[in-house]
Amino acid sequence: MTSKFKVVHYINQFYAGIGGEEKADIEPFTKAEVIGPGIAFTNVFGDEAEIVGTVVCGDSYFNENLESAEKKVIDFIKSYNPDLVIAGPAFNAGRYGMACGAVAKAVMEELNIPAVTGMYEENPGLDMFKKDAYIVPTKSSAAGMRKAVPVIARLALKLLKKEEVSPEADNYFVRHRVNFQAEQRGSQRAVDMLIKKLKGEEFITEYPMPEFDNVAPGEAITDLSKAKIALVTSGGIVPKGNPDHIESSSASKYGQYDISGIDFLTEATYETAHGGYDPVYANQDPNRVLPLDVVREMEKEGKIGSLHQFFYSTVGNGTSVANAKKFAAEIAEKLRADGVDAVILTST
Amino acid sequence: MVKEIEKTGIPVVHICTVVPISLTVGANRIVPAVAIPHPLGNPNLDAKDEKKVRRSIIEKSLEALTTPVEEQTVFE
Repeated sequence: MTSKFKVVHYINQFYAGIGGEEKADIEPFTKAEVIGPGIAFTNVFGDEAEIVGTVVCGDSYFNENLESAEKKVIDFIKSYNPDLVIAGPAFNAGRYGMACGAVAKAVMEELNIPAVTGMYEENPGLDMFKKDAYIVPTKSSAAGMRKAVPVIARLALKLLKKEEVSPEADNYFVRHRVNFQAEQRGSQRAVDMLIKKLKGEEFITEYPMPEFDNVAPGEAITDLSKAKIALVTSGGIVPKGNPDHIESSSASKYGQYDISGIDFLTEATYETAHGGYDPVYANQDPNRVLPLDVVREMEKEGKIGSLHQFFYSTVGNGTSVANAKKFAAEIAEKLRADGVDAVILTST
Repeated sequence: MVKEIEKTGIPVVHICTVVPISLTVGANRIVPAVAIPHPLGNPNLDAKDEKKVRRSIIEKSLEALTTPVEEQTVFE
């Protein structure tokens, strides 16, 4: 090989050996040398590529001055005329991840060269930039450096040599759909998969479902007659007239409604705001979705300790997971503060 | 929503019609409901019988809340 590929490395103040949080506000600067984790990358690159410069920026500075910091960093990177950029890896450092992701995205979009970084799966930078950059999964802390470096370096080398890469073969987070011409039509492929499934054989779906992270079950209630129970619904039950204007789909809010002294819901006083199912039955008798009548009865019978003073309601119709999580986190906080022991959540 | 609430340690029973969705999303205590537009009712029954159906679902739900579970459980 006549000449090595040129790589620029982006790191934060910590990996540059300048300092920790107290130095997180330093402005971008660059040195035409290999610093910190760059040494490990250089070892894997061997004769094929070299780090020609390192660009450093404090994590707080970058995140507080997003546009100007990104521009300065990109200008420094550009000055080396590189073939590829490596950022981080950032592990689970949130601000560093955001910076690495933003730098990698800008490099790919503005300089038209590939950029590779590494992050832990929960780094907020991952969700934000996984469609834009090549992001390799790492451990949550710098203890994972030794494992992350070879994966990032090998992916970088393949990209430099313009070899074909894939998330499965080269271990990076799926970026976006890739179009390809399959040999067999969809119906044939679907039936083949079904037959494999029936035979109990392995098959790879072409449409993986999103992954949901499960939570540990809450502890069982030991004495119902002392428990305070709250009602929550995604079925859109609201006081007549929908005073909070909860949207019939893609809800952006939830409601909290006082039911003290109310024994059951009626057609005249409550309705559903939900636009994703036929509202006739719920409007006729809202207890069909939010079972206040029965739960109130059981409270009076002493079967449960008490029914919480408020019920919470939103519309689960095309509502984003992010919104639903946000609503429920707020609701949960209120329920905890009010000493609620258990929740009955109804969905339509 | 079930998970965000349960994350704080408060047990949640999810009453829903489409049990596979609840399982996929990750509810831990699930009680199947009657139908999507009337999960806790049945307009084909008279009011008294309909309320009985609703009561039996709630009783099942309370039973679920008092049952220790290690993994996702559907209370049929």
